[in-house]
Amino acid sequence: MTIPINKAASTELQLCDVSVSYDKTAAVKAITLLIEHGQLACLLGPSGCGKTTLLRAIAGFEALSSGTIQLGQDIISNTQHTLAPERRNIGMVFQDFALFPHLDIAGNIAFGMRKQGRKQRRQRVSELLELVNLAGYERRYPHELSGGQQQRIALARALAPKPKLLLLDEPFASQDMELREMLAREVRQILQQEAVTAVLVTHDQHEAFAMADVIGVMRQGQIQQWDTAYNLYHQPLNPFVADFIGEGSMINGEVLNPHTVSTVLGEASGNVPLGCQPGSPVSVLIRPDDVVLTPEAAEPALASTAPFSTQAVIKAKVFRGSHFLYQLQLVDGTRISALAPSHQDYSLGVTVSFTLDMRHLVILQR
Amino acid sequence: MDIARTQRPLTPLGTVTAAQARTSKRTRYLFRALLISMALLVALPVLAVFAYVFVPAPDVWQHLVDTVLADYLANSFWLLIGVGFGVLLLGVPVAWLNSMCRFPGQRIFEWALLLPLAMPAYIIAYTYTGMLDFAGPVQTFIRDATGLGYGEYYFPEVRSLPGAIAMLSLVLYPYVYLLARAAFLEQSVCVLEVSRTLGSSAWHSFFHLALPLARPAIITGLSLALMETLADFGTVHYFGVDTFTTGIFRTWFGLGDSAAAAQLAALLMSVVFMLVLLERWSRHKARYHHTSGKYSVLPKQQLRGKWGALAIVVCTLPIVLGFLIPVLQLLYWAFTVGEQSIDQAFLRLVANSLFLAALAAGFALLLALLLGYGKRLDTHPVVRLSARIAALGYAIPGTVIAIGVLIPFVWLDTQLNNLSKAGFGLSLGLLFSGSLFTLLFAYNVRFLAVSLQTVEAGLGKVKPTIDEAGRSLGLKAFGVLRRLHLPMMQGSLLTALLLVFVDVLKELPATLVLRPFNFNTLAVRAYEMAADERLADAGLPSLMIVLVGIIPVILLSYSIGRARAGSKVQA
Repeated sequence: MTIPINKAASTELQLCDVSVSYDKTAAVKAITLLIEHGQLACLLGPSGCGKTTLLRAIAGFEALSSGTIQLGQDIISNTQHTLAPERRNIGMVFQDFALFPHLDIAGNIAFGMRKQGRKQRRQRVSELLELVNLAGYERRYPHELSGGQQQRIALARALAPKPKLLLLDEPFASQDMELREMLAREVRQILQQEAVTAVLVTHDQHEAFAMADVIGVMRQGQIQQWDTAYNLYHQPLNPFVADFIGEGSMINGEVLNPHTVSTVLGEASGNVPLGCQPGSPVSVLIRPDDVVLTPEAAEPALASTAPFSTQAVIKAKVFRGSHFLYQLQLVDGTRISALAPSHQDYSLGVTVSFTLDMRHLVILQR
Repeated sequence: MDIARTQRPLTPLGTVTAAQARTSKRTRYLFRALLISMALLVALPVLAVFAYVFVPAPDVWQHLVDTVLADYLANSFWLLIGVGFGVLLLGVPVAWLNSMCRFPGQRIFEWALLLPLAMPAYIIAYTYTGMLDFAGPVQTFIRDATGLGYGEYYFPEVRSLPGAIAMLSLVLYPYVYLLARAAFLEQSVCVLEVSRTLGSSAWHSFFHLALPLARPAIITGLSLALMETLADFGTVHYFGVDTFTTGIFRTWFGLGDSAAAAQLAALLMSVVFMLVLLERWSRHKARYHHTSGKYSVLPKQQLRGKWGALAIVVCTLPIVLGFLIPVLQLLYWAFTVGEQSIDQAFLRLVANSLFLAALAAGFALLLALLLGYGKRLDTHPVVRLSARIAALGYAIPGTVIAIGVLIPFVWLDTQLNNLSKAGFGLSLGLLFSGSLFTLLFAYNVRFLAVSLQTVEAGLGKVKPTIDEAGRSLGLKAFGVLRRLHLPMMQGSLLTALLLVFVDVLKELPATLVLRPFNFNTLAVRAYEMAADERLADAGLPSLMIVLVGIIPVILLSYSIGRARAGSKVQA
């Protein structure tokens, strides 16, 4: 596993060999990672992959069965000790927001600043309300606000005591699909203005892409890949990440030499995984946007310049507004998907030609 | 990545040490042990009663079998059947009318139908006896109007089995009404509308769809009403209808045979447990009868003309018979004919009752909080079971609890006395069984379920993430309790206090058996006056009880008002 380390930046959160077990089953297995000051990190994975457990361990709600968690200069968790959550100076935004129903908005936001003076508190509350775009809401109560507003209040409440680290547990899960990405961008802006280090947990990759600087894809308690969104999409390290991030199909291939594989679509060049001898079977990841359907009229001209061109039958199609997503069946029965501009409207059963435009050839050991 | 190189020297970690971690584990075990022993203590009366099943009491038992046991069985059986039909007939139609139709005054009927809950069965029995017996105003009027004399006309006897059925039905139907109404409101309108589009009439839809869907809830209400029927002592005792409760009372005090009384109690308990199982089972079933998670405002059918008038009559009748007439009678007795005035002795009576009820309510709340938090913090199945056992008391008749409490504590007192006589040569007297202790203990056995349920409902509304949010914002565990839970649960805690307070105030048989010598309460006073055929003097204490009993009715109707159609309804 590679973890990008910027030696110049200061490390804020450091997890070393962290495991969390319930009874005998391990929910989180030997996770090691570094998050730098001011970074927005995301734990991404399907439900039950252990991402929320890891977040709760960082917050101090779960004890570790192995490893250490270090925040700034301090060890906050190891196998013997779990520093109480209230002494960690870590803020948390909960999935259901957990606003205190008996307190008004100002009371909720000021809750974590009990040791500060009244004037300071009032100033910080109005500053935060300004930041989350809800100025003047001090005297309202949580039940009077919409879901999106409650969410921003929950964020403001967690930010109020200026925590060293902010944790967000599926913060957009209860929002409408259409709103999530926009909210994620808003929250990212707020977090950047406050210059806070944050860890977000989600199962929605679009949310993760919209918000995070660095993303850890988790599966069965382990981090599969810790990388930027761009790299996760274009350079997945294993079939799980390739499958989980974005859409795509795997086609079979065979290694010819360290830089070339042969597939049903012809020969392709890229970085063959280490240890693959010529002749060993591999999978090649084809993204729908790698497949370019050839417009019939221009076919002869393009065919000569494209790296290779072949034909397939259209088996299914989904209209996506600006694009069609086609299911294509190749001659040998392999199926791949293709993304085509919406003016390229073909009927089911039609045979089309296509070329591959692959700038990032992903070859995985089979 | 090389963690070792980036590792900084370890800083000491807070104050949590391994020793303290062990202590917290020990506290958890201690707490668990406390909860289990609480449950056992609450179960003590039942265990004591059942333990006596194996103590032979052949003479008395044979005597009971030969003479009265058949009567007890028959009367209790017919009482259950009669009250069962009575509460269904009174409760279900008004529940349907109030959830599906709109007619003049319906908003008022919605909560007014709960008023008879404030009326203890023994008090309504006194009022109707006063009105309908030979010397009462009704029969006097008949004689004056017709000129007929004693024995020359037919008039039904109030103090009889049918009379007892009528009295109990009139005050117990709100259980069925409450649960049936909630069930009707929970039904998705769509189901009923689908049935209409498939060609069923409104009536057909009611009998073939709405009623079967609401059946589990109705059975739950019915079993609650029947438990109250079995627990009733005051009404059947006053009417001279011999049932299990009066039999237990008489065997204990008349024949002085604790074994036989306990065995009767055990028999009664077995019937009660069957009702408890029925209730649990139907509550369980009710989950599968949820037709929808979505609720829309029910389009209530407007009733006009003669149908509207009929609806009004159907809804007015139970309120008038079960509440208005008895209250008017009590007012009349209390302020015109009764000799009972509000003097020093009466005020002392009121003070006794309030003091006792408040003390019991406080204890019950404390225990409920302990159990409620125990269940929240410790998910071990033993803890859950303990809470369940502790809540079983609501089903146990006060007479049974009284005997079940007396048996172990009289034994304990005897042992203590023997010890102290042997050791110091002095008698301690009845340390437990002669004091308020046993009475408070019995109240808590009987009413802990009431406060526990309310506290749990309140705690349930506090999501676990609230605790965590509090911790992450710098609160310690106690701070979470003080600054978040208590303010959020204020309403529930107050409700729990009030409900137990009122229940204790109304409770008759346990108080009658367990009160210390010369310690009287309002309920006991009303009972004594009625037993002495001084009904008019029973008026004032009865009226006080009914007035206080209105408090929970107000609370209930408030929660009903908030849980109108369109919002989720909690039964």
